[in-house]
Amino acid sequence: MSLLHLAILSPFLLAIFIPILYKLFRKVHTGWFVLPLPILLFSYFLSFISITSTHQTITESVPWIPALGVDFIAKVDGLGLLFALLITGIGSLVVLYSIYYLAKDKEKLNTFYVYLLLFMGAMLGVVLSDNLIVLYTFWEFTSFSSFLLIGFWYDREKSRYGAQKSMLITVFGGLSMLGGIILLYIMTGSFNISEIIDQAAAISTSPLFIPALVCILLGAFTKSAQFPFHIWLPDAMEAPTPVSAYLHSATMVKAGIYLVARMTPVFASEGLWLWLVAGFGIVTLFWGSFNAVKQTDLKAILAFSTVSQLGMIMSLLGLGAAALHFDDIDNSFFGAATAAAVFHLFNHATFKGSLFMVVGIVDHETGTRDIRKLGGLMNFMPITFTLAIIGTFSMAGLPPFNGFLSKEMFFTGMIRVTELNIFNFETWGMLFPVIAWIASVFTFIYSMILVFKTFTGKYQPEKLEKKPHEAPMGMLISPIVLASLVIIIGFFPNILSNSIISPALESILPNNDIDVHISFWHGFKPELFMTIGVIALGILLFLTLPKWRKVYNIFPKKLTFNRLYDSGLEMIQHASNKLTKTYMNGSIRSYLVYIFAFFIFILATTIAVKNAFTFDTSNISSIGFYEVLLALAVVIGSISILFVKSRMTAIILLGAVGYTVSLFYVLFRAPDLALTQLVIETISVALFLLCFYHLPKNRNEERNRFKLTNAIISIGVGAIVTVIALSAHSNKVFDSIAEYYVENTYTEAAGKNMVNVILVDFRGFDTLFEITVLTIAALGIFAMIKLRMGGKKKNENK
Amino acid sequence: MEIVMAFVIGILFMSATYLMLSKSLLRIIIGTGLLSHGAHLLILTMGGLKRGTVPLLGEEASSYTDPIPQALILTAIVISFGVTAFFLVLAYRAYKELGTDNTERLRGNEGND
Repeated sequence: MSLLHLAILSPFLLAIFIPILYKLFRKVHTGWFVLPLPILLFSYFLSFISITSTHQTITESVPWIPALGVDFIAKVDGLGLLFALLITGIGSLVVLYSIYYLAKDKEKLNTFYVYLLLFMGAMLGVVLSDNLIVLYTFWEFTSFSSFLLIGFWYDREKSRYGAQKSMLITVFGGLSMLGGIILLYIMTGSFNISEIIDQAAAISTSPLFIPALVCILLGAFTKSAQFPFHIWLPDAMEAPTPVSAYLHSATMVKAGIYLVARMTPVFASEGLWLWLVAGFGIVTLFWGSFNAVKQTDLKAILAFSTVSQLGMIMSLLGLGAAALHFDDIDNSFFGAATAAAVFHLFNHATFKGSLFMVVGIVDHETGTRDIRKLGGLMNFMPITFTLAIIGTFSMAGLPPFNGFLSKEMFFTGMIRVTELNIFNFETWGMLFPVIAWIASVFTFIYSMILVFKTFTGKYQPEKLEKKPHEAPMGMLISPIVLASLVIIIGFFPNILSNSIISPALESILPNNDIDVHISFWHGFKPELFMTIGVIALGILLFLTLPKWRKVYNIFPKKLTFNRLYDSGLEMIQHASNKLTKTYMNGSIRSYLVYIFAFFIFILATTIAVKNAFTFDTSNISSIGFYEVLLALAVVIGSISILFVKSRMTAIILLGAVGYTVSLFYVLFRAPDLALTQLVIETISVALFLLCFYHLPKNRNEERNRFKLTNAIISIGVGAIVTVIALSAHSNKVFDSIAEYYVENTYTEAAGKNMVNVILVDFRGFDTLFEITVLTIAALGIFAMIKLRMGGKKKNENK
Repeated sequence: MEIVMAFVIGILFMSATYLMLSKSLLRIIIGTGLLSHGAHLLILTMGGLKRGTVPLLGEEASSYTDPIPQALILTAIVISFGVTAFFLVLAYRAYKELGTDNTERLRGNEGND
């Protein structure tokens, strides 16, 4: 256990103490107890920059399940560190923000911060694990904590819906990813990413390679809300805004991107990888931005915007993978696409995080997020407005903010796609820059909607629940920090290039020495004209929005993916309900029929398959006169129970069979059994009679009609038991261990009755548990007889 | 004798199963009683019958009957008694509360799931 492991697990450890702290210090906002941890972790991870910037990695290993090749290997490299810094850095800001966002006395802060810490720890685990099984475990943990956080206000129906949706989709992807991981293990014999990468070339011809690739990508696409799995993200916006800012824009949704980046060295040799990652990415980019424009809820706009931006990063990663296919000259260039992906990943976290917080402030101070109700808030919230301007302009790709830089790099990447001459890119590659450009226009439009519909235009106080005013300072600190990062990185992008981006690139594209240098001015290149075109067309379309909004009505509502999801879910529920009802019909007889039928089936098959039936008449004991008599008595007694109509007779017959069995024990040299059986049988019969006295009289409807199925099943059970009894006697696999008891009963336990000594000494615990069972039965009986309050009430209600 | 016993056990199991598949609670409980008799005899028969004297060291015999099945059965007899008693009271209470001992009538309603 190293300090690194402790750092990953520390959020879980703190989570244990949060409920206690919450109870003890009711007057202090629980967030204050949480806040130091992410700050501490952030500074701890900052110290790694000096190591990773020299392209070194740190690996610490703790054995977990060595027999299965699963060790908890914590590995810090450029890519992992970038994510770790985002998780802890944004995490600190979000916790700080949440202290002011969530009211101390109204919300269940203890559960909120437990969930948040669970998420933080899980996310750190995902990005710092080198073992895929450990990664998968943490991955599912993020899904669970996301589920809990989306459903935080579980009394709202929409929250529950969104939580379930995100859970179903991401866990589906997670399971498919597990499948991919296992396929990789089958091919390489290792769960460790670094070892799998070493064998990448060898496994690329395996028939399992493509299935593994698709499975892993499904996991990544569902998590990162790629088209068509993006539908869960907008519904996840029911979570409290700090959660949306943290999980659903800056960190968790980027886990999929992390996975794609991490797996690039393994899969990039395959053309399908390029096509799938880049293709789905670019489609998501367009679809997200296109749909964001029609939203009226501020958070919905941001959700679709996140979907779109994730698609953009994804497409860049896909294209960047092409670098592994080329010689040195082209490398630098496709490496640059990856660099753009990493850079934009960082930028997106900053501007989207701050925008979410801004929207949270607007929601908090006005009581609504509907842009049709908002407007003219500029005068009431000047600081928030400024923050919004910075965030949205960066998102739209305007200078001098960091979003402009990464967007330019993105355009560069897209233009160069057309020069690719592998995997059919020469024919279809042209689509990439076109779609990218159109999507950027939409991005520009929704960015403008976000800021101008909220903060400028007509102020409509009558539609707002509260009188708007500027947010408290505590709430503004976090977005201010993020917005200043947006500006600082905008002006000095190269503070990141060597410390963060270049080491991360080393992890995605190993052995490609890429020099990252980001600059504002590239000269009059196509990228610049594309940006100018985006701005010009964007402003035009923004101003004429009401005229072309109808475009969105063209799509039939029935054909959306949400509809597909909803009706699919309903169908599954309906079908499984129907299926379950056919066999779970509430009749105990049916259940017993299943049990007995299965009993016959499984035993008969086993005997047939194992060829276990043997019949051996040697070593058999003699048949005595009395024994035959007793056997006849048991047979006649038990069969006549079936046919008697009177219950009294049945009970007496049962008693007769019981007494006969105890006589059997006498003949078979088991005096203790005989005694016990006699006593028990007497009490049983008494109990039966007592019960019989209270049960209803035989009526006509209770006549025991002969039933063929029952008879067949009973005869089957009887036959199979006979076969087993015969085979069990004829097969002696082991010698009896009785010798041990014969020898040791007196020396070890000083008793002469072997059966008694076994019960009270050698197997004393069995007897103890037997007594426990009897006690439980007695308690149950006592409760049933004495406690009848509920039952009486029920009868009265009838 | 073991072969005779195998058939006796089979018949006990058969009757028990048939009784357990009927509708009346009392018959189901009688079925479980028969089933446990069958199971006890099965265990005893599997260990071999009459292989020596009674398992008491005081007999000072050269061979004893296997004591382990007997110990198992002794536990089982007591447990099955506990189960029977519990079932009987359950049936009695069910009848008192619901007015029937017919399992078909004791089914949950469609709406109450």
